[in-house]
Parts: sequence; C-alpha cells; structure tokens
Amino acid sequence: MTQAIRTSTGEPLPLPEGIQGIVADWSSDQRAFKNVPWGKAMMWIFLLSDTFIFSSFLISYMTVRMSTTDPWPNPSEVFALTLFGKKIPLILIAIMTFVLISSSGTMAMAVKFGYEKNRRMTFILLLITAALGATFVGMQAFEWTKLIVDEGIRPWGNPLGAAQFGSTFFMITGFHGTHVSIGVIFLIIVAIKVVRGDLDHERPGFMTGRKGKYEIVEIMGLYWHFVDLVWVFIFAVFYLW
Amino acid sequence: MAHAEGQQHPIATHAEGQQHPIGIYLKIWGLLFVLSTASYLVDYFHFQGYLRWFLIILFMLLKAGLIVAVFMHMLWERLALMYAILVPTLLLMVLLGIGALEADYTFFTRGVFFVKGLF
Repeated sequence: MTQAIRTSTGEPLPLPEGIQGIVADWSSDQRAFKNVPWGKAMMWIFLLSDTFIFSSFLISYMTVRMSTTDPWPNPSEVFALTLFGKKIPLILIAIMTFVLISSSGTMAMAVKFGYEKNRRMTFILLLITAALGATFVGMQAFEWTKLIVDEGIRPWGNPLGAAQFGSTFFMITGFHGTHVSIGVIFLIIVAIKVVRGDLDHERPGFMTGRKGKYEIVEIMGLYWHFVDLVWVFIFAVFYLW
Repeated sequence: MAHAEGQQHPIATHAEGQQHPIGIYLKIWGLLFVLSTASYLVDYFHFQGYLRWFLIILFMLLKAGLIVAVFMHMLWERLALMYAILVPTLLLMVLLGIGALEADYTFFTRGVFFVKGLF
C-alpha cells in the first residue's frame, strides 16, 4: 500500500468514491450510509422490503396466469370505458397513470422547495400531491365498483374466464390502493407540519422526540415515489400484458 | 447538522440535503408522460406477441429507472446506499425463474390430467 492515511486534518476527510468508497463506507465501524439522514436510509430499507412484498404478488400473479387452462380475460376490454359514445380501451387506467405520475412530479418539487425552506410552495405542492393521490383512490373505487357490480368479477371467479383474474386483481390493486391511501394521510400530516412551521422551529413531532426537519419531506417523497413506481409495474404487467 | 461530516461529494449533496434545479424534475415529469403515453399506445394499436412484450418491458424499465434515479435522488447517493438497495432486488429474478418453471409444470400437468376420458 502506497497510500498514506491522513489523520487529524482539522477538517473532514474526503470520502473515497467508487468500489473503494463502498468498502470504506461499510467497513468504517460507523454508520454505513454517509451523507443521508438515518430516517432516509431506513425509509429506503423499508421500501426494499415493500419491493419484495409487491414482487411476490406480481410473481404469484405471473405463476397463476401462466398455469391456468382457462382463457384470461382481456384487460384491454375489461377496463374499457364508454366516453362520448365511443368505447375506448383501458382509458380509465391510462388517466389513473397520468394522475399518479403528476402527483410524483409535484412531490419532487415539494421536496425541492422544502429544502429551500419555502413553506408556502412546499405546503401547496404537498396538498396538490395529496389531492391527486385522493383522486387516484377515488378512480380506483369507481373501477372496483364497475368490476364488482356491473361485470360480476369476484375474487373466486368471474363470468369472463380464469378465476385467478379476480383474485390477483383485487389483491394487487387493493394492496397498492392501501399504500396510496396511507400516503395521502401522511402527505396531509406533513403538509400541516410544514405550514405550521414545525420544521422551521424544529418542533418534535407526534410520538417522537426527534426534531422536525425538512428531510421528512424528502422521506415522505421517497414513499410517494415508490407508490408511483409500483404502479408502473402493475400497469405494465397486469393491465397491458 | 449532525450528518454533515465529510461532505466532500462533488455533486449536489451537502448538509441541507438534495438540491437540484427545478428544471430537471419538470423534464423527467414530461418524459414520464411521453413514456406512459407510448405504453398506452402499445395497447391502443393492438401490438401483439414479442413486439408488445418487448415494448411494455422497455417502457416499464425506463419509467422505473427515471423515477428511482431522479425523483428518488438515487443518482446522487453514494454507491454504498445505491448497491444496498438495488442489488438485493436482483434476487427477485431467481423467484421469477422459479415461478415460471413451476407454472410451466402446473400447466403441463393440468393439460394432462384435466383432459376428460384420458384415464
């Protein structure tokens, strides 16, 4: 080893980059995730576990869809809507996708304005995000109603073909919709914290002694983007496949 | 801030967290709209077979990549975090493979045993 190790420089040592950086970070006998608040690292790890849950659902869906001998109902027709006298395939799902992507965009900007300590803009953008999320859940409720009441689709069977269609559909979109609903509630909580100035004055939150900081907006954002991310996969493999 | 030690990262990260110009979010937002429209059009124009599957997977992965990289700021994180989160997801490919094998076998046995009058 020709590299000399500097000690006591009076200023923080530069962190190594690349593979050497990974080894240094993980072996440093300190926290492994530098440059991120621990709440953010923990949110990432939670999201990793959630990834495994949703992947298990989607892979089970693939397994039952591949192994059924009954015809699979065509999602393009099941989720068609009649608008202005014309039957448009999958249009409701497309609108839901755009709504959720838009909410992701406003969330990303809320994080940016949060770190700039722009309370007003952060609050407004968080509320828009929550409103778009609530719109998404509302459209999902409409979609479920249409499927259950009009088309007679049940978790244990449906008149269109393979029984597994209903069970996987309600399981996957139900779990995702729950995530969106929880996200909307927390978006409103974070928005209230922002507008009250809790984060500027570092007031500890409900049930915690930790000081309020604008990083909670980014942590909220990670969760919200993840919900959007999961929808990307559901949209592709369930609705389009 | 407590986590400010060693902030020598060349790009973007400093004690106050991730700060990027608003333009990048708007551009990615636009790009996600374009990609979503494209994947919707795959269905609208009734592409079938391998072309359909290829396009669906392509647009799906591009969208997922943009969301994780830019909206979730993974692009600007240190490699230690990036690998800790992204590498374990590759294990899911194993589960995917096992699921596909199992499904093939189930489909085969159903084909054999569900045919009436065979046994």
